[in-house]
Amino acid sequence: MILIAERINGMFTNVKQAIADKDKKVIQELAKKQTDAGAAYLDVNVGTAAADQQGTMQWLVETIQETCSTPLCLDSQKPVVIAAGLKVINAENGVILNSTPLNKKSDEEIFDKYVEMANNAGPKASIIALTMDKNGVPQDVDTRVAVAAEIVSKAMEKGFDPQRIFIDPIILPVKVPNAQVQPGNILTAMDQIRFLSEPPPHMTIGLSNLSQGATERSLINRVFLAIAISRGLDSAIVDVFDRDLINVVATAEMLMNKQIYSDSFLKVYT
Amino acid sequence: MPVPEIAESYTGSVNLVTLGATKEQGGTRSSTVTVGGARNVVYGGSPGQTGQKPVIAMDVLDAKPDDWPEVLIEPYKDVLDSPADWAKKCVEEFGAELICVKFEGIHPDKADRDSEHAVKVTEQVLKAVNVPLVLWGCGNDEKDNEVMTKVSGAAKGEKCLIGSVTEDNYKSLTAIALADNHFLITEAPLDINIAKQVNILVADMGFPLERIVTFQSTGALGYGIEYAYSIQERQRLAALSGDKMMAMPAICDVGYESWRAKEAKLVDAPGWGDVKGRGPMWEAATAVCLLQSGVDIIRMRHPKAVATVKNFIDQVWKS
Repeated sequence: MILIAERINGMFTNVKQAIADKDKKVIQELAKKQTDAGAAYLDVNVGTAAADQQGTMQWLVETIQETCSTPLCLDSQKPVVIAAGLKVINAENGVILNSTPLNKKSDEEIFDKYVEMANNAGPKASIIALTMDKNGVPQDVDTRVAVAAEIVSKAMEKGFDPQRIFIDPIILPVKVPNAQVQPGNILTAMDQIRFLSEPPPHMTIGLSNLSQGATERSLINRVFLAIAISRGLDSAIVDVFDRDLINVVATAEMLMNKQIYSDSFLKVYT
Repeated sequence: MPVPEIAESYTGSVNLVTLGATKEQGGTRSSTVTVGGARNVVYGGSPGQTGQKPVIAMDVLDAKPDDWPEVLIEPYKDVLDSPADWAKKCVEEFGAELICVKFEGIHPDKADRDSEHAVKVTEQVLKAVNVPLVLWGCGNDEKDNEVMTKVSGAAKGEKCLIGSVTEDNYKSLTAIALADNHFLITEAPLDINIAKQVNILVADMGFPLERIVTFQSTGALGYGIEYAYSIQERQRLAALSGDKMMAMPAICDVGYESWRAKEAKLVDAPGWGDVKGRGPMWEAATAVCLLQSGVDIIRMRHPKAVATVKNFIDQVWKS
């Protein structure tokens, strides 16, 4: 399981404060602790508070890479912010560009731009591609799969290895009215997405979004994650400090025969 | 019709391990041996994915063997009493790239030799040859903990491959191998779950995964080779799929296991062909078979078998 750690995000108050104070220590500590907890990538999101998003992204990337070589996942809805991060990054160990839809009303070519940015960032650069297009987030299974299929075929056409794509089927909060059907839909879509290429494209989700505003958040996240792993999910943006959650990942992967059993199987992510 | 591209690709690779330390690296070896690095199965993928050539470690026993068949005694008959001369012969005459000193003589049920003897043998062999060494205990936990820790010290800084540690007995040797800067053999009884467990236990003590070579136990042709093959294959596939607890190079003990087989050594068996060629062939066939499952170091004994297998390796792993 490719775990992308979510904590370096300007939405969290301590990170927001650290960005405001240019306090490197908070960020560097988060980078180290998340790496120790099993993160394969560190998500970097400037949040909404900072006025200069591009500058903040660069500061975060430089600050983290001063002391930590874990690859980063540059997270922004704005390509210019990701591009700014890429300018200063060392992507030798890889980088994920998070994220692009298939296309947008305002920018039909947005996916191609991400492919180009990834190619410029080096052979280990990947993209998170959302199953979303100019019509928005699809509500039904078939459209989700169709968008994912288009993403994969577009990547292939451009000679971009589908193994460098992480399909994100977009998980919505289960508590939103009428959204309770979505977790099931996403699982059904995953069943089909994994057959889009051989080997299959990676699949990732922003797990914490699922339980936004709900009670028993950790439990909801854990149960969904276990089911999703059984459907082929091989990556997730998560709180790696949630030990119960990481234990669920280790156990689900072991039960799915993706990890060889050993008596200490819970230790595989640390 | 064009032939479709069916080569599978993998995300992981086998760790690269470099045994031996030259003078510049704090040891006394004239050369080092690097194994591992495979990024695909044997015969699979592109030539760039084959990794390092597997190597043969020729066995040298610390004490004169009393149960070896005549065919195996013959090439070593003038050196069996002297591990140093024995090792020298393996390197100079038979082209051994690695020497495996097997401390059979320390076993309480055999010669029950003490650590002083083992240290002396280690020092003598280190002096006699310039290739990297594998230092392998007798399999008796108590005796190995007492003797092999001293052997480790005698070869400190030489970056030897020392072992073996098991699920039930790993702490002493792991700690000393870590301190003396050696590589470690983790052993499991043809059980992939235990194999992974030993690696995790050793890693928990702070021993770097990159300094481990795994020993899954070996079965010879006709004596469980299929179990050994499937375990080695499973380890390799786990390594290639990115399981860092299984990404170590693997070592096999082909020499000892092959020469236990009666087919290799029974003299009075007219229908089986000449015993002189049969034993080496048994050993070579076992080695060649296991090499295809994905192993990196093979312990061997008969020089004729060694030559045959070297030839095979050179043909398959063309550099």
